[in-house]
Amino acid sequence: MRFVTDMRARIERLGTSVTAHVWRLGFASRFLFYLVVHSGTALKRFRLTIAEIYFAGVLSLIIILVSGLFVGMVLALQGYETLQRFGASESLGVLVALSLVRELGPVVAGLLFASRAGSAITAEIGLMKATEQLSAMEMMAVDPIARVVAPRFWGGVISMPLLAALFSAMGVFGGYLVGVQLIGVDAGAFWSQMQAAVDVRNDIMNGVIKSVVFGLAVTWIAVFEGYDAPPTAEGVSRATTRTVVTSSLAILFLDFILTALMFTGGNHQ
Amino acid sequence: MNRSTIDLWVGVFVVAGIAGLLFLALKVGNLATFSTSQIYQVQAKFANIGGLKVRAPVKSAGVVIGRVADIRFDNETYEAIVSINIDSTFQFPRDTTAKILTSGILGEQYVGLEAGGDGVMLKNGDRLRLTQSAVVLENLISQFLFNKAAEGKPEAKDSAK
Repeated sequence: MRFVTDMRARIERLGTSVTAHVWRLGFASRFLFYLVVHSGTALKRFRLTIAEIYFAGVLSLIIILVSGLFVGMVLALQGYETLQRFGASESLGVLVALSLVRELGPVVAGLLFASRAGSAITAEIGLMKATEQLSAMEMMAVDPIARVVAPRFWGGVISMPLLAALFSAMGVFGGYLVGVQLIGVDAGAFWSQMQAAVDVRNDIMNGVIKSVVFGLAVTWIAVFEGYDAPPTAEGVSRATTRTVVTSSLAILFLDFILTALMFTGGNHQ
Repeated sequence: MNRSTIDLWVGVFVVAGIAGLLFLALKVGNLATFSTSQIYQVQAKFANIGGLKVRAPVKSAGVVIGRVADIRFDNETYEAIVSINIDSTFQFPRDTTAKILTSGILGEQYVGLEAGGDGVMLKNGDRLRLTQSAVVLENLISQFLFNKAAEGKPEAKDSAK
């Protein structure tokens, strides 16, 4: 009998936690809808959004550019090791460019963006809530979602694709530095094989679409976690951690879905 | 930091991001070639296309003149229908031969066009009559083995006599 009640309690707990998650997801979706509907202020007073692009985008530039450069350089070194065994070291440019433009650019830039900018957005909004700045705004008949959350959301969504493009461009440059300048792969073959293999619509545009989707996901999670954080020091710190973990998982999951949709459709001949 | 400095840096950031995209499109990708020019589409039927893929190059005399646009299977003749986009600056006679060739031993497969002698040029929607399928290594080896076996037989009989 004891066993039965024990089991029942356990199942009830499981059910409660599942319902809580579904409830939170519903609240997050409603929040996103409200945010998009009320983003008129953020777009009309565009200076608010520009300030957020500065915090999310410009201040992330250094880490994005340096990581992109080193990722490209490592790709070139590792790729050369394998390719030269098959006498195909001229394809180094293709390898570096395709892996950056299709996958690494959007994904790594998204992960860096989540930990650099996403956590900052969550902490800022969470602290504003904990210090009752958001309630104060409501008292003054200013909608905090329109005034505080929406500019941060759009600032992140605009910054992310630009950061991913810069990451890929920097990575290709790093691959060129190591492949051509350091190892001595022929520069003409490096660029011409790359240009022959990389398609603007199928590879570059799909990479841009990925980075837009990741930008939406990361900033949505960041502003929601901040807005939903319990108004205590512990609550804000937990929300910040949750932002990084959830958005990293979301990026990797969405990347799998998008890759499956984009790059496997035409290959069944 | 005051407002106008922030505006300046955001401007620099947006310009740099767009420059990065342009660099990817023009230098890494192939936007500069083929995408703006006029094309015409012709079709060719092959008994076997081997490993030909959509977007594989179409070459004549080794020069890339177009791309494979689409590959379909004809359920009546049991053949592959390959649609080819050719840059309209390159005109070919109507009796052009299409072959599926391989660049190098392990390289990718492409469509090779060999011009015929007809006075009438190909136009959009035409069909290439003369085609040559891809060489399938297994068929080649089995043919070779059959020939070897056929050669070996009379000798075996002779030695038995």
